[in-house]
Amino acid sequence: MPIRTALAVLTATTALVLTGLWVGNNVNMLPLGASSNASTYDDLFKVLFSIGTVLFLGIVILLVYSLFRFRRRSGDVSDGLAIEGNLPLEIVWTAIPAVVVLFVGLYSYDIYERMGGMATLNDHMTMDHGAMQQVSVKEGDAAGRVWGGIGVAGMDAAPAGPVLPVEVTAMQFAFIFHYPGSDITSGELHVPTGQQVELRMEARDVIHAFWVPQFRLKQDVIPGQPTVLSFTAIRAGTYPIICAELCGPYHGGMRSNVVVHEPEAYDNWLQQNTPNRTTT
Amino acid sequence: MTLANPSDFDGNLQPQGWLRYFSFSLDHKVIGLQYLVCGFIFYLIGGALAGVIRTELISPISDFVSRETYNEVLTLHGTVMIFLWIVPVVNGAFGNYLIPFYVGARDMAFPRLNAVAFWLIPPAGILLISSYFIAGAAAQSGWTAYPPLSLTTPAAGQVVWILSVLLLGGSSIFGGINFIATILKLRRPGLKLMMLPMYCWAMLGTSILVVLSTPVLAGTLILLSFDIIAHTGFFNPTMGGNVVVYQHLFWFYSHPAVYIMVLPAFGLVSEILPIHARKPLFGYTTMVYSIMAIVFLGLIVWAHHMFTSGTPPWMRLFFTIATSFIAVPTGIKFFNWLATLWGGKIALNSAMLFSCAFIVNFVFGGITGVALAQVPFDIHVHDTYFVVGHFHYIVYGGTVFVIFGSLYHWYPKFTGRLLNEDLGRLHFLLTFVGFNLCFAPQHWLGLNGMPRRVAEYDPAFTTLNQVSSVGALLMAISTLPLLINVVVTAINGKEAGDNPWNALTSEWLTSSPPPVENWHGEAPLVTEPYGYGQHPEVKA
Amino acid sequence: MTSTTPLQDSVAVEAGHSPAGEGHGDFRLFGLATFLVADGMTFAGFFAAYLTFRAVNPLPEGGIYELELLLPTINTVVLIISSFTFHRAGKECRAGQLGASRLWLAITGGLGAIFLAGQMVEYFNLPFSLTDNLFASTFYALTGFHGLHVTLGVICIAIVALQTRQGGRISASDHFGLEAAELYWHFVDGIWVVLYGILYLL
Repeated sequence: MPIRTALAVLTATTALVLTGLWVGNNVNMLPLGASSNASTYDDLFKVLFSIGTVLFLGIVILLVYSLFRFRRRSGDVSDGLAIEGNLPLEIVWTAIPAVVVLFVGLYSYDIYERMGGMATLNDHMTMDHGAMQQVSVKEGDAAGRVWGGIGVAGMDAAPAGPVLPVEVTAMQFAFIFHYPGSDITSGELHVPTGQQVELRMEARDVIHAFWVPQFRLKQDVIPGQPTVLSFTAIRAGTYPIICAELCGPYHGGMRSNVVVHEPEAYDNWLQQNTPNRTTT
Repeated sequence: MTLANPSDFDGNLQPQGWLRYFSFSLDHKVIGLQYLVCGFIFYLIGGALAGVIRTELISPISDFVSRETYNEVLTLHGTVMIFLWIVPVVNGAFGNYLIPFYVGARDMAFPRLNAVAFWLIPPAGILLISSYFIAGAAAQSGWTAYPPLSLTTPAAGQVVWILSVLLLGGSSIFGGINFIATILKLRRPGLKLMMLPMYCWAMLGTSILVVLSTPVLAGTLILLSFDIIAHTGFFNPTMGGNVVVYQHLFWFYSHPAVYIMVLPAFGLVSEILPIHARKPLFGYTTMVYSIMAIVFLGLIVWAHHMFTSGTPPWMRLFFTIATSFIAVPTGIKFFNWLATLWGGKIALNSAMLFSCAFIVNFVFGGITGVALAQVPFDIHVHDTYFVVGHFHYIVYGGTVFVIFGSLYHWYPKFTGRLLNEDLGRLHFLLTFVGFNLCFAPQHWLGLNGMPRRVAEYDPAFTTLNQVSSVGALLMAISTLPLLINVVVTAINGKEAGDNPWNALTSEWLTSSPPPVENWHGEAPLVTEPYGYGQHPEVKA
Repeated sequence: MTSTTPLQDSVAVEAGHSPAGEGHGDFRLFGLATFLVADGMTFAGFFAAYLTFRAVNPLPEGGIYELELLLPTINTVVLIISSFTFHRAGKECRAGQLGASRLWLAITGGLGAIFLAGQMVEYFNLPFSLTDNLFASTFYALTGFHGLHVTLGVICIAIVALQTRQGGRISASDHFGLEAAELYWHFVDGIWVVLYGILYLL
């Protein structure tokens, strides 16, 4: 390949990669992050976005360039070059995507692990409930078995300390939150910043899903098959909880809120809402 | 030339002319066009349903149709587009028409089976559409029909949906059997497998997927119907059933289904690009191996649709890795297509415009696909408009664009007349702009909190939804130049002659339209379907 | 210019002969075999569902049924023997002994009918019904779907036996119907062996 062409290709590729990196890091496509794993997620997004931009722009530029440079001049009925293949070239453009894909896969494995995705789901020994009771178990499901979700161990910047368990029941068309420790039942989820929360979820009727975009987390809530979702909120505010699995006509309206409090404000909320225990 | 008389036809009663297209014809060319027209009608119906969806989504509240109706509409839209438009057209229409030509045969291996496969479609489609009018409502649990929702919505509509899909799946399986037998057993003497046009390999791979995965869907839907009708508990948690098992069984088919929709399109593009760029297809052997790799991998990645369901961590990881790998053989094909164009003499006619836009759209969809394959990424965007955007870039931006390109490319062969190029370019422009306007914003919507299958949404998303709906309107309008083109061409379209594109494959080495026996005389032996560029002197 | 020969719709031919006119061999069995792969995948889906349910959805106390093994085992033997008798019928046909072939076909059909009768007896005597629990439902679904296939097979055997008579379609040189029915029967037999293993022995 002549030097001029090589230089041109090199410059173009560099410009492309730089553009990709710039777009990935500066074009904001996501809502704000309010959980400890959100920034981890956003790192992954930036990488994917950058790589995607480079690939897409590269291919589009090559295509459009070809359409101009090699367009058929009117009156020309001859054929193009009789090139049927080029094994070395094909090896190169097989190897590079394979390496990129492998890198992306391994990187996202790392991200998933930091999010707590690889944590064992049915091992309650790792959880410290403190004085709180074991989360209630579905009748007949003697093992208290969890069928899927994101566990507690290995959380990004997971703070030491007790995990706050909350039972989530999804039904057509609402979420109900029950705090087993303080016996609070609420239509909204209230959590403190800086403490790991473990949602134990089950549905009453059909499959629903629990999604908080600001946490970057989602988990299906399934009837008869409890699932868990663990997170640590780091930013006070009110964020939407959205049902993300078609559950009937009012699926679009099935929403709630997660209210993240600073710890003192959370304690206040706890105290104000704990039902008075009548002595039996 | 050997012609055999169809023994079960009374020649005197055989319909002639256009009436043939309404008859139980055994001619693969007639059947192919029956599939094409029937499929296109269902495309218009599915498009109308999409129009209802996008009209509802102009405002953030549910104010256009009732919520139940909306769910029925979105269910029907998906089901119609997949099973009555795309699968029948890229497989049944172009496959049936072209494969016998490509293998040098006068018809498919099993012509009667072929006709049966087609004639299952109109009744199944009518059954499905009519379920909309059944008292008590049509199916409204999405084309995925997840239980328990599909067990709690009105039973009659869901059972009709199941029956319809079973018939359509059966049609697809019959077609798959026919393609495999024809490609492997019916090649004319001297025609080796590695001499076949790439579309044959694509159809072979697709048909393998059809035969292996569609029956699993059939079995699953049979079990689901048992749950609805006989009150068994396969997927009913209150009776000890497991809803995630349904998802596994459903997606075992439905993931290969997307390859069943896309691989034939890959094959068609491989035919179109070399002809209009007048260059050989780049890397034939690697293209074949890529198809086979996609077929194999396509069968083992289904649970990437279930990353937020009740699947254990190790399973999520396995499917991430397997899915990511599909990008490699797919990427190879795209680079090979670009290399096919490079150094060619490219005619930017309608066929080529749609095919090149396919490359752009599909690469975009493929990139979001690789992103979706990563578990941690998917957990945020699963079941949101990001996914809706992704798959429309693949099936519409990908396959439908190829269908349109193929229409302009093969229309002269089907009818003997060339479609008008000005109208074609207008069709292309409106479709390309409308499509991107409709589906590009949906990625942002999904990332920022809009779930799918909803009639109401956060008012902050109103503007982008309206942009998307304008795009949908443009897509609807884009159908007009195409329809007008067909009418205008029928009235006084330019005669095409045998081979308007100066192509080398054997469908072009006969008259337009071809005779019943495909060629007068022996079937030509085309050992180099992409032998362009070997005659640098000016061709007459 | 269309050049369709009037009164002729297509060159679809007598089944089995290549429309191209050149000898491609009889690919109808190949087509049937492909179909049986598809049919087998339906069963595979059922098997996968059953095995997953067993692994992942344990039955409640009292929900676990001990299946009687005697009758199903006899049925398995009956079906396996019937594959051999069918094969014998095929041999006789190829040797030109159509009468003997018909006899062996009748025996095969009879064995198939015995299998079905045995299945009925078993159903009648089972302590659980279709909707009792997941295991019951899957049991009936699997064996029922298979039984449907056996029924179809017995009907095919009857038709084929009729076709071996004088003037029928089946002869020593052209007996596609018999070969097809035989392949189908072996398939049904094979599926049963797997089913028996998974459902009764596991």
